[in-house]
Amino acid sequence: MSRWFVRPSTLRRRGVMGLNRRNAQLIAPLNPRRYYPLVDDKLRTKELALEAGIAVPELYGVIATNHDIRHLPRLLARREDFVIKPAHGSGGNGILVVTGRMQNRFRRGSGRLMDLEALGHHVSNILSGMHSLGGQPDRAMIEYRVRFDPLFDPISYEGVPDIRTLVYKGYPIMAMVRLPTRDSDGKANLHQGAVGTGIDLSSGVTTRGVWHNRIVDQHPDTGHPITGLQIPGWERLLVLAARCFELTGMGYLGVDLVLDRDHGPLMLELNARPGLAVQLANDEGLEHRVRAIDALPPRKVPPETRAQQAMDRFHAAARPPA
Amino acid sequence: MKRLHLPLLILILSGIALGIFYHKAVNLGFPLLPAQQTDNWVVEARVSFEPTGGAVTARFFIPENPPGMALLEEHFISRGYGLTTTPTGPNREAVWTTRWPSGPQAVYYRATVYPLEQPRADQAPYPGPVAQPELEEPYRSAAEEVVQKVRERSADITSFATVLVRDMNHPADENMQLFVSATDSDREKVRTAIQLLAGARIPARMAHGIQLTDRGNDLQPETWLEVHNTRSWVAIDPDDGTVGYPDDFLVWWRGDTPPVRLDRARDAQVRFSVAHNYQNAVEVARQKADLLDSRMADFSLLELPVQTQNMYRVLLLVPLGAMIIVLLRNVVGLQTFGTFMPVLIALSFRETSLLGGIILFSLIVSLGLAIRFYLEKLKLLLVPRLASVVIVVILLMLALSILSHNLGIEHGLTVALFPMVILAMTIERMSIVWEEHGPADTLRQGIGSLAVAAVCYLVMINPYIDHLFFVFPELLLIVLALTLLLGRYTGYRLTELVRFRAFGGGER
Repeated sequence: MSRWFVRPSTLRRRGVMGLNRRNAQLIAPLNPRRYYPLVDDKLRTKELALEAGIAVPELYGVIATNHDIRHLPRLLARREDFVIKPAHGSGGNGILVVTGRMQNRFRRGSGRLMDLEALGHHVSNILSGMHSLGGQPDRAMIEYRVRFDPLFDPISYEGVPDIRTLVYKGYPIMAMVRLPTRDSDGKANLHQGAVGTGIDLSSGVTTRGVWHNRIVDQHPDTGHPITGLQIPGWERLLVLAARCFELTGMGYLGVDLVLDRDHGPLMLELNARPGLAVQLANDEGLEHRVRAIDALPPRKVPPETRAQQAMDRFHAAARPPA
Repeated sequence: MKRLHLPLLILILSGIALGIFYHKAVNLGFPLLPAQQTDNWVVEARVSFEPTGGAVTARFFIPENPPGMALLEEHFISRGYGLTTTPTGPNREAVWTTRWPSGPQAVYYRATVYPLEQPRADQAPYPGPVAQPELEEPYRSAAEEVVQKVRERSADITSFATVLVRDMNHPADENMQLFVSATDSDREKVRTAIQLLAGARIPARMAHGIQLTDRGNDLQPETWLEVHNTRSWVAIDPDDGTVGYPDDFLVWWRGDTPPVRLDRARDAQVRFSVAHNYQNAVEVARQKADLLDSRMADFSLLELPVQTQNMYRVLLLVPLGAMIIVLLRNVVGLQTFGTFMPVLIALSFRETSLLGGIILFSLIVSLGLAIRFYLEKLKLLLVPRLASVVIVVILLMLALSILSHNLGIEHGLTVALFPMVILAMTIERMSIVWEEHGPADTLRQGIGSLAVAAVCYLVMINPYIDHLFFVFPELLLIVLALTLLLGRYTGYRLTELVRFRAFGGGER
């Protein structure tokens, strides 16, 4: 019986948050609607981050109208590889990764080739709002393709693995590595089939993985273990995540960071409605951690201190050895 | 105070609703259950026209002694019009006149009718044999042939007419083919039949009436043939020659004339609507309210024109559907395409029946999805692509209707009742979900939408719920209160208990 579902009382004891509670308790009071454009528009986010001195992938160009698509060859002339994405995209939709060129054609992350016309069509789809929230007209941004840290090579399938950190009132409270799989088509979203791996906040070591709401210890495509990995520069990463709070003023924020082998941690995007699968990956509910932060004295503290306090406070839940 | 705000609001809303409900149900005696035997009908005709300047006269046929039916009461609803009713030939006519009409005009005729248990013995004086029509060759000899052939196979006037109509529907020889063609409307058929019957000196006439169906809006009058068998007029179905009117058929007027004739006005339009009559039980309640000097009954939906009433019967159930959606999405956690799309699908299920509706809906959407993927290959922009999907959806509906009609499946015809913009949007949303999240998610959301629509439909067709919300619209306040209450539900969704099942595993 319990293989199929869990009792609500168990969930409540573990402090697991449901979507209704997340919406009512975290998003509605802490994320004022007027701040949403700051995170929904990735161009705005990027500008804000640059002003605050937070490292982001370099922006190569923006295409705002169908007319501008003819500038595409010029914009891409000197670029061997790049990423095209909608400024208002959600859930990794509409992101096109080009890893290299072959004469006039572009090689996509999946290995398939596509010509300039197809590229232009993709941009035009983005502009017409196909991938944006609510379908409103959008802009396409072309930016630096992240070369992720070799640490993740054996445990990701195409795509870019990223580190999702939940930041509550400026304090990192939970984090996971999101590893693309064959199922997720190179995307790092858990509901599309990516693997989420919990991270012990105090040490930056991965704990266990969750894939399609099931517990896994290996990457489903490569078979490599995904537990016990040390994320390099963990403290710096947490500080970076904590600093994003000041960027937007949102009290419940999902910060997506990537580890670039040349540029170190880069902030990819922010999310005003981060999902709840992170709880499964960490084998712990959010409720307790939220309470712990609420119990802190309401003083303004710098991001460095907040990251440090999070590291001190949130150890991975002790689990019986597998 | 802030914490008490919502509970107080909910309490007040429910209190008001229950108070009115109690007063109406107990003190005024409005019926709580739909009437067991509602064999009364309220029939309404709305006559609209456009004055062209000057005093307007509108003549409109109204029923008189319709066979098998009795007229209980009649109302003429028109503002600023003089009204007289006069008999004209076999009919009765309402004549509305006004001197200074401005803008489009509409007048109403409303009647309460009930079917007679024992049909009246309608003795009608025999008008005598009619004169033979003067026909030219080759029609003349063809008509004589036809009459001769029919006479050989019939016994009396009624069977003569029946055989004639059957022959007309399946013309066997070239004589008959001179008179009929497959595309003839009922009206043309009856016209021809009257002419041929005149060849046999049998008096015949055209009759028009409407089939009474509950909540029928925009009903089209049907044309019938009546022949006189020297004692009374007998009705003949022009499609298959059956004798006698069906049950619940109201004969409205006779003769080959349009129902409305206008002086100094144009664009005559008549819309017939019908509803089962709830007024009997409610009438008593209203009289009681008058005695008690209560204003409550004045604000009843039953005061509105029948057509509007029929519309509200449907509209009043939409809030209920919306509440069910809140329940299924926020408490159960089903995923659907769009928030309230399932309610709209459920509304169209009302016309198509549940199973047929689900099959048709899935069929159209999957065919549309296939075409949408093909259009994707053509690399069209979003809006033109959406427009193309709409066009293709219409074509698909058309093809399905024609195909199923030829196969003799009735359900296929009702496909036209699906709101096609909803279908097109569904297809577009589905294809995006398909591309971005894969077929599994698409299927899950699709099944979720259909399941929610089915639940909404099952609640909405329940006759008790239908009746309660129609007679006691104040119950909507309770629906509102419940929805507000659900708005504060922050517990787990049922589907989350499955989603987070891994938390249960570590316990033992």
